[in-house]
Amino acid sequence: MSEVPQPPHRRRAHTSTRDLERYADLFASRTKVMRSSAMRDLMAITARPEVISLAGGLPDTSTFPAKSFAAQMTRIAQESAAEALQYGPTEGFEETKDCILEVMAAQGMLPDPEDVIVTTGGQQAIDLVAKTLVDPGDVVICEAPTYPGAVPVFCSYEAEVIQVECDADGMRIDELETLLERLRGEGRRPKFIYSVPTFQNPAGVTMSFERRARLVELARMHELLVVEDSPYGLLRYSGEALPSLYQLDGGDFVIYLGTFSKILSPGIRLGWAVAPPPVMEKIILGKQAADLCSSTLTQYFVREYFAEGRWRQYIEDLVELYRRRRDTMLAALREHFPAEATWTEPEGGLFIWATLPEYIDTGDLLAKALRADVAFVPGQAAYVDERGKSSMRLNFSGVDEDEIREGIRRIGKTIAEQVELYGALTGERSIPVPRPEQEAEGGENVVPFRKAGEGAA
Amino acid sequence: MKVAVLKGGRSLERGVSLRSGARVEDALERLGHEVLAIDVGPDLVKQLGGERPDVAFVAMHGVGGEDGTAQELLEILGIPFTGPAAAACARCMDKSAAKHAMRAAGVPTPDWFAFNQAAFRELGAADALGELERSLGFPLVVKPSRGGSSLGVKFAGAAAEVPQALVSAFSYDDRVLLERFVDGRELAVSVLGDEALPVVEAVPTEGDRYDFEARYEIGRTRFVSPAELGEGERQQVVEAALATYRALGCTGFARVDLILAADGPWVLEANAIPGLTDTSLLPQAAEAAGMSFEALVERIVELAPKPAAA
Repeated sequence: MSEVPQPPHRRRAHTSTRDLERYADLFASRTKVMRSSAMRDLMAITARPEVISLAGGLPDTSTFPAKSFAAQMTRIAQESAAEALQYGPTEGFEETKDCILEVMAAQGMLPDPEDVIVTTGGQQAIDLVAKTLVDPGDVVICEAPTYPGAVPVFCSYEAEVIQVECDADGMRIDELETLLERLRGEGRRPKFIYSVPTFQNPAGVTMSFERRARLVELARMHELLVVEDSPYGLLRYSGEALPSLYQLDGGDFVIYLGTFSKILSPGIRLGWAVAPPPVMEKIILGKQAADLCSSTLTQYFVREYFAEGRWRQYIEDLVELYRRRRDTMLAALREHFPAEATWTEPEGGLFIWATLPEYIDTGDLLAKALRADVAFVPGQAAYVDERGKSSMRLNFSGVDEDEIREGIRRIGKTIAEQVELYGALTGERSIPVPRPEQEAEGGENVVPFRKAGEGAA
Repeated sequence: MKVAVLKGGRSLERGVSLRSGARVEDALERLGHEVLAIDVGPDLVKQLGGERPDVAFVAMHGVGGEDGTAQELLEILGIPFTGPAAAACARCMDKSAAKHAMRAAGVPTPDWFAFNQAAFRELGAADALGELERSLGFPLVVKPSRGGSSLGVKFAGAAAEVPQALVSAFSYDDRVLLERFVDGRELAVSVLGDEALPVVEAVPTEGDRYDFEARYEIGRTRFVSPAELGEGERQQVVEAALATYRALGCTGFARVDLILAADGPWVLEANAIPGLTDTSLLPQAAEAAGMSFEALVERIVELAPKPAAA
């Protein structure tokens, strides 16, 4: 045993460009879908402690009662240590599924437990669905903008991602229909439509009832799947709850993805997928190959936590907390963002999507904002094409109200400087906002993201 | 020797710097040095004062580390450090100042105009834009005067695109350059001591060459080292690079970026602290000269000035 040569201390594998090229020849072509490294480096700085980061997508875990966390983990250690430290079933424990059913029932859904799989966070659920359905070159349709974390998943299975514009009522279903017709004409059938219909990440918008109904109808008509990603459904701060796509469809053509990340904790890495039985069968095989099973330990924790019966209260507390933060951010936006800016007014979820005049590139703006120690996500991250360059995603769940006010004040100041400079450069003191959509005002389908102050609840 | 590796800091190029630094630390350890890794922050002076390293290896990029700020501190503390002295770093970092120095030394550098934000905000410089655009022609390049990699660098193909490009460039610095675009091969000459290492050429493999971000991505740019150049061309290029190095007062090492056009080489800029990551150009050039990364690091340390008094 001791003859096995040990690598030298802290050895770093690649030491020369040639070595690196050797590896490069081994890389799969799907690894080429990578974002700009300069932008990655910029995002790395947003994590510095002095930076007020509105860039994260983080729920606030500081309010989770530490005492109850300790008590539950202690009970697990005392009563079920051997089981909780062992492998578990690939599809997850029945008890975990019971908790999932409780969460879904709270939103009016009653799936068969057999159709449910426990996953390692909602992210793995997206990955497993793509793994099950996508061949290289297949079309995947998603919203524009879409959840930035979903794009690399689809790309890693070499899907062709096509984005359909969103407005204040979610995905533009008329555009989707046009796209589906076009694809049909080209003899291509998309494998699925990925949507975050409720409190969308990153846009914060919610798909209207009419569009939900039509989307589900289209899926049936074209016999294609809709992947409904719903991490935030229970985090509603205003307005009326809408039925999920899964409810409207009954589960034939909708795969539903949920997560405990936003209602309990992202650290436990537990989410789930609900899919029709034939699809579920493949998803389970994929899950087995990926990681055999999700953490048994945290599944035990979820079981204990739900048994305690306070999970609804915790969500109510979160809703209270996030509602205040959302309102604080909206008020700060009205106070500090220039008249040329527009933003969405989400009824729930974690994000606001702001759009600036088109001459402002939010990637460059981020560099300037970082000098003022504040960060956001440049909009381009939510697009596979060149769109979104003048937009930004702002998170209001992960920082307190004082930081939200100060963060928005700093970003607003940074934007105002850009606006003023552009005015000086073009000789126009006040630049009219380029909003071609306005021409069609009145037709409700073509209203862009809600303008500040308009139609607010 | 006890070597402090200065890396990170608050620069926008923090990420690259951390990668450069990590690689240098690794090499120094293999060379048998005692390594003190410092992610540069408010406690820098205290740390250096407490540890008293024999030499500081500056692996910082961008504003704060490559512009002479850290170097000035090291000079005050009397700690020898790698790379150019503070004044040379400051000259390299400010592209406008660097280009003036090149011009004065007879080094060909593309025509340019530099502006402060105040010129536009307070002095109506926008009214001069038309004139400048006519003089430089399109496309022209808009870049922050101080700043590294490709951040904030934009092409403007027409007058209408200039204001937007300026707004972007001003996001990175209060001073920007409008520069004549020179079409040609993109070359980098790394200088070590007073000698030029083999020339490296960056060849875009896809997309258009106006995409600056593509340049530094694996797979989107291919690097050829040594670049395939005729002997006459090579000499011209190396001479221009060495003249730039001297004109800016560089010592230790630096990397000179230039374009080889039909009418000869045009120097764009010099980088006082070139990247030292796996994909960086200086290590590639050293490799082309038969020098391992360890040997390169050792040589850079040797080139650091000796302490004035023991």
